[in-house]
Amino acid sequence: MHFEDGCIPAGYLRHIGRKRMIVTAGAVGMVACVLLAVSLGAVNIPLPDVLGTLAGKSASKRWDAIIWNIRLPQALSALVAGAGLSVAGVVMQSVLRNPLGSPITLGISHAAAFGAAVSVMLFDAGNMHSTGADAIVINNPYQTTAAAFFMSTATTLIMIGIARIRRTSPEVMILAGVALNALFTAGTMLLQYFADDVQLAAMVFWTFGDTARADWAELGFMSIALVGGLVFFTANRWNYNAVDAGDETAMGLGVRVERVRILGMLVASLVTSVIVAFLGIIGFVGLVCPHMVRRVVGDDHRFLLPASMVCGGLLLVLSDTVARLVLAPHVLPVSVLTAFMGAPAFLYLIIRGYRK
Amino acid sequence: MILRVDGLDFQYRSTPVLRDVHFSVDEGEVLAIMGPNGVGKTTLLKCMNAIHRPSGGCVLVDEADVFRLRPDQIARRLGYVSQRAETGRMTTFDAVLMGRKPHIRWHVSEHDLRIVDSALKRLRLEKLSLRYLDEMSGGEVQKVCIARALVQEPRILLLDEPTSSLDLRNQVEILGLVRAVVRSHNVAAVMTMHDLNQALRHADKFVFLRGGAIHAAASRDEVTETMIEDVYGVRVQMVQVAGRPVVIPMDDTEERLLREHDHIHHQEYGISQ
Repeated sequence: MHFEDGCIPAGYLRHIGRKRMIVTAGAVGMVACVLLAVSLGAVNIPLPDVLGTLAGKSASKRWDAIIWNIRLPQALSALVAGAGLSVAGVVMQSVLRNPLGSPITLGISHAAAFGAAVSVMLFDAGNMHSTGADAIVINNPYQTTAAAFFMSTATTLIMIGIARIRRTSPEVMILAGVALNALFTAGTMLLQYFADDVQLAAMVFWTFGDTARADWAELGFMSIALVGGLVFFTANRWNYNAVDAGDETAMGLGVRVERVRILGMLVASLVTSVIVAFLGIIGFVGLVCPHMVRRVVGDDHRFLLPASMVCGGLLLVLSDTVARLVLAPHVLPVSVLTAFMGAPAFLYLIIRGYRK
Repeated sequence: MILRVDGLDFQYRSTPVLRDVHFSVDEGEVLAIMGPNGVGKTTLLKCMNAIHRPSGGCVLVDEADVFRLRPDQIARRLGYVSQRAETGRMTTFDAVLMGRKPHIRWHVSEHDLRIVDSALKRLRLEKLSLRYLDEMSGGEVQKVCIARALVQEPRILLLDEPTSSLDLRNQVEILGLVRAVVRSHNVAAVMTMHDLNQALRHADKFVFLRGGAIHAAASRDEVTETMIEDVYGVRVQMVQVAGRPVVIPMDDTEERLLREHDHIHHQEYGISQ
């Protein structure tokens, strides 16, 4: 077939340029929000001093400690977690062809919570300090993290295994996820029922998604998972576009739909598992951000993936900053705020007109 | 010969759906696969581009066995337009650009953009190129799907009931476009259809399926009333209108079908007539 009479369409290039501008503007906004998040807190540090400290020009040792040891890792954790959860949500919604695809609805987050509860209950990972602001601590965080990661990964594999029996249909994956979600919620409740006060407090404390838990090492793990996931998802962006157009159309375009669906779910779940295992359950980012972004840049994954990443990062950094400031000197876990903001935002999107 | 289907068998679980299907298509030809609902027309189309794996037989495109090719290699030879056109928040241009997927490695090239632009012009979609699919009519979306299959630069277009949900104007326009593209690009098209008159107007060859096997294969001039009656179980008359064959169901058709239905109903419930 020959198509010699085509030209490069200027209108389309402008259209693409606008989408690139939106993503770039979002990325700039995200960086600005990180700087703001580092600047604001119980001790306000002027922005020029924040920039100076980050550039290596120390203003004071106290501020250095606050910025490098507390605020910057927390802000970057929020950025990485928000970006990762949001991108994972986009991929889950696309490969499952379902608007409710997200780490929470598919049971991955609650499986992690169950894993953490098992760690606290059976391996005695919870402990109580007699004094201080943090009365409850997880005294063996890596053991709890490993248990949470193991459970969420196992859940993903079970879900995919069940789906493979029925030719990897998206409906089966969703329903299997919902069933596993209920199972792990019940399992966590059972453990909580038999737990003593300290264990119960540790289990509940773990489920509060909180970006303050991560230090530089944990941020490193999450960043590796995010970057790896992003490279994989970007390489598959045309496959996700094709799957969006229907399985038969995708197969007609040479896409191995079953493989794309299983690997997409697996990688999205791994990214989620790493984040949830380190920070706890942070709801709604993975569900709401993709829907918000679809309205602005559409369903084309060439733009949907980076735009969702930026939106998720931006939203969680902002939420985290507000959560630290809104009841100061008390600090809210960011998951409480995302749920409070996310649920009404989601309802608004539904009322405005459901899409995808 | 551009396409040869030879001894194709397909089973769904253990139920045979297609048996020993064989036909061929030349460059510039449009072939219509006809038959009643559930006879296996769509299954046959899906076997031809390896969406379904047949239990026997082969499909050769330019002498290359489709079932020995990688999915992307198949997509460069066969462009498939499914019966269900999915609409999402995607512009016409992007939806058609997706058809270049079997050719794109990492970046979209200027060559890809030119081809899409040309296909949009060919299907008179250029004014809708930045319109989102979910804001378009069924006929427009169907044209987008055909444009997407065209930019795959295939040797053969496979169209599954391309006009099933379209009004008369869109039916005529889309089938006319398919025919024109097939002729001008020296490719071939295989389409499943229900509308006998549209098929007789736009197809060059016919394959009539009955019970999962080929009941008759004929060129347009060779199609007879008996073939149609045998396949659909309906008495028809073929008349020439403005030099073209037109199929008209006979006046007693409705009455006879009702009688048959009543007979079955009575047999099922044991009511004596």
